[in-house]
Amino acid sequence: MTRLLITLLLAFTLGQASAQTTGNDSLYKAFGEKAGLTLLMDDFVQRLVAEPRTQSFFKNIDQSRLKTQLTDQLCMLSGGPCKYTGRDMKSAHVGMAVGKSEYNALVEVLQEAMDAKNIAFTNQNRMLALLASMHRDIITK
Amino acid sequence: MNGLSRYWLPVLVLGFGIFVIGGAQADTGKLRLTGGVNSIDGVAGGGLTPWAIIGTNASADERGVSAFATRVKPKDYALDVLGVVAGFNDRIEFSLARQEFDTKATGVALGLPGLKLEQNIVGVKVKVAGEAILDSDTWMPQIAVGLIYKDLDAGGLAPTLNALGAKQHGTDFYVSATKLLLAQSVLLNGTLRATKANQNGLLGFGGTAQNDYRVMPEFSAAYLLRKDLAIGAEYRAKPDNLNPSILGAGLKEDDWKDIFVAWAPTKNVALTAAYVDLGRIVPAIQSRKQTGWYLSAQVSF
Repeated sequence: MTRLLITLLLAFTLGQASAQTTGNDSLYKAFGEKAGLTLLMDDFVQRLVAEPRTQSFFKNIDQSRLKTQLTDQLCMLSGGPCKYTGRDMKSAHVGMAVGKSEYNALVEVLQEAMDAKNIAFTNQNRMLALLASMHRDIITK
Repeated sequence: MNGLSRYWLPVLVLGFGIFVIGGAQADTGKLRLTGGVNSIDGVAGGGLTPWAIIGTNASADERGVSAFATRVKPKDYALDVLGVVAGFNDRIEFSLARQEFDTKATGVALGLPGLKLEQNIVGVKVKVAGEAILDSDTWMPQIAVGLIYKDLDAGGLAPTLNALGAKQHGTDFYVSATKLLLAQSVLLNGTLRATKANQNGLLGFGGTAQNDYRVMPEFSAAYLLRKDLAIGAEYRAKPDNLNPSILGAGLKEDDWKDIFVAWAPTKNVALTAAYVDLGRIVPAIQSRKQTGWYLSAQVSF
């Protein structure tokens, strides 16, 4: 029984790993490829600036650069042909004092932005699963 | 019933009131539905079983409160529950609940018409490891340990429980592991509960035939349909301490199951409906399976 479970877990994990490395771009396509991601991130950053719980982190930064970097990052993570060249998440958020509440607020704003683009909930969660674990580098408070 | 137990629940509720006025924050920050609903014992989780998540809407560095009302209506009985939960820093949870179980025709058959079994319940839960929601890149679940203390007022049934060797207070100890498989939109929970409770404590704790703690597994699985809507199922194994008893197999009890739908129309409100199968409850008098519905409403901040 235990052996069967381990085999299944292993198969599942390997399956996931290979989906990420062998260029499965189904999620990238579901988000409308580069054009769709660009529109989504434009709207997302505008919403972050408008949202009282997140605006203090975003209103005084170069928003167009942030949009480009986020687009590249999500494009790459979702299996698209992009390369994210910005800083790693840890050094990008040094000194910003992001709390878990604010991080969750950002997730909610991203959900609203994805809803506005009619992205299916299952695909929203696939994308969030690629992003959520970044909390370990981003939440510093 | 000793006189003291009449007072401790109101005192605790008053303490909660002071806490709410004094400290709960207006703008707490959990994601919707990730604080769980309230089990019939008050503890945050599913409807029948505790989960490792900490209740209320409070995230790290926050305090939160929630309150709930639940009605369970199997065929021949009715259970009403009211309770409150406090969460600290997404780390520690305190819960208070009061259950009132209407024995209906069974009470009449026992010569105790109008018999209601009442329990006051206190729960404490501490998160010890993991992050159920955001750690989407590992298999590590969130793990919590907890205890649930129950004080039963069995009214006219107390002499019978004494004769059966069942105590009228008891403590459950549990460890729960909860994991959100975000990419799959699936939430899983497993709980191991050490308990002596008969019918969740409504028929006391332990019995002449079986008076030791038993470790019982409980499972929940939920599928997220939308960010505000989840469906799922639960299974809770229970001991069978009063079988056999002086009534033969007349107090046999079964495992509990349910299928549920939970809806959070706003960040502060969650409504849960379920179909429950509570198996047999006092089959000496009601031999059929106690299936029925479960409704629960929760507000949380």
